[in-house]
Amino acid sequence: MAAKSHARRQTSPTNEPLYVRWLLVIVGLLFMALFIVLPVVAVFSEALRQGIGVYFQSLMQPDALSAIRLTLLVAVIAVPLNVVFGVAASWAIAKFEFKGKAFLTTLIDLPFSVSPVISGLVYVLLFGSGSVLGPWLRSYNIEILFAVPGIVLATIFVTFPFVARELIPLMQDQGSGDEEAALSLGASGWQTFWRVTLPNIKWGLLYGVLLCNARAMGEFGAVAVVSGKIRGQTTTMPLQVEMFYNEYQSTAAFALASLLALLALVTLVLKTALEWRFGDELAATGRGH
Amino acid sequence: MSRFGRFRQPSVIPGFGLTFGFTLAYFSLIILVPLVALVLRSAGLGWNGFWAAALDPRVLASLRTSFVTALIAAGINVVFGTLIAWVLVRYRFPGRRIFDAMVDLPFALPTAVAGIALTAIYAPNGIVGQFAAQLGWRIAYTPIGITIAMIFIGLPFVVRTIQPILEETSKEVEEASATLGANRFQTISRVLLPSLAPAIMTGFALAFARAVGEYGSVIFIAGNIPFVSEIAPLLIVIRLEEFNYAGAAVIATVMLAISFVMLFVINLIQAWSRRRYGYGS
Repeated sequence: MAAKSHARRQTSPTNEPLYVRWLLVIVGLLFMALFIVLPVVAVFSEALRQGIGVYFQSLMQPDALSAIRLTLLVAVIAVPLNVVFGVAASWAIAKFEFKGKAFLTTLIDLPFSVSPVISGLVYVLLFGSGSVLGPWLRSYNIEILFAVPGIVLATIFVTFPFVARELIPLMQDQGSGDEEAALSLGASGWQTFWRVTLPNIKWGLLYGVLLCNARAMGEFGAVAVVSGKIRGQTTTMPLQVEMFYNEYQSTAAFALASLLALLALVTLVLKTALEWRFGDELAATGRGH
Repeated sequence: MSRFGRFRQPSVIPGFGLTFGFTLAYFSLIILVPLVALVLRSAGLGWNGFWAAALDPRVLASLRTSFVTALIAAGINVVFGTLIAWVLVRYRFPGRRIFDAMVDLPFALPTAVAGIALTAIYAPNGIVGQFAAQLGWRIAYTPIGITIAMIFIGLPFVVRTIQPILEETSKEVEEASATLGANRFQTISRVLLPSLAPAIMTGFALAFARAVGEYGSVIFIAGNIPFVSEIAPLLIVIRLEEFNYAGAAVIATVMLAISFVMLFVINLIQAWSRRRYGYGS
């Protein structure tokens, strides 16, 4: 920023001289290239290092395939549940005035400020062998920890706020006028929701679902703690990446990682497309995460 | 429904009981009860037991590693994040919108993927690491590696907090400052930066909070040597693997307490900024 002191040579008083502008652009872009672009490039170049044949072979391994299946299964359960929650929470918060509303809104964001490892740990403490529930669950042969239900719970925890934090500001901006009109014309509550509210919020909802899904499929820390990492049974894609990596199967690790990187890039493209095309119909706040 | 009548204002819109009830029930089941279980477990150790576990030298060392590296990473992110936000908002150059979209990549890229990719780059035989090795520097498997992973995951928080504020700042303020005889440097340092200060502080706090709790992108590049490059979230995992659940709960409770303080500070900054500048970031 010190370069900006060369203000004497500038043409306009509210602009920096050309060379300062280019210098700042280059420094900013180099920083981004080094810290953000390079890692993604590295994933694909490491994955394809031994050729496209080996790449597909590593993806067709039974371990990799079962990890992909489990990741899809977890996302298919966790994302819809958080969508239902997000819609319900934003309906309650945006359409009504009640005491403690601001506090409830803050609470919804809580999982973002909790370390992913802690998000997994809480379920280990709740359902683990030393807990109150642990022995009771075991007597009924219900497996939550080191099984799919635990992975789903941990995933729901970390992706909890995504849909709600996108929909709440959007529905607050839109107000209740449309719904009041529909109700006064004789629509029922459900009709109002499906025919009036949902079309109004559909792009914002899709935006929230995109971010929620990306995190659900990519979550590592929380899932690592509850999964037990049983090969072929409780390893999601990110966990299988770690397993391959620790076993020095570098190509297999990066091949599976490249699928996740692809998911991230597709998410980013769709998200950006939504912002460019339907920017007005998305919430002004809540970008990020 | 009548139970809610007292604390909510009447409305013709239906569904408050259903949506509010579901929200509270789901929040309690998924978030609240498990968090309470965590606090109860660490409280089960008693006052002395809790502090004995929390003040264990290895726990303190891991907390120090996490907080110091997160602080440095957030500091670097504030400098470069502000610069990137400035460049993206104020200048027009080819590829600007693509770079703008790419800022969110660390949000979208799974942390484990980022972790192994950063390790591949900064390991002694990696594309950047080999140059550092020639200079006698080690990046991967040291606290520097941890900091780099934290820079990666924290950058978007800073950029995305500052960007909207910078977009809203009108050029008229700068024109007024220039008209009154300020040079460009004075305008930026005395007029623009102070009005950005709350956003910069919020971005710093968000990036810092995220970096402290970060696990996936850090553990691959960290080296994980106790007392040197072992982060607190990893020590939680190690305690769990030793079946020392109470020990894990204590570290987690300490970290939670600190992140709630951070959350509180962020809210204070935003409230202060709303009062002073009429916006919250």
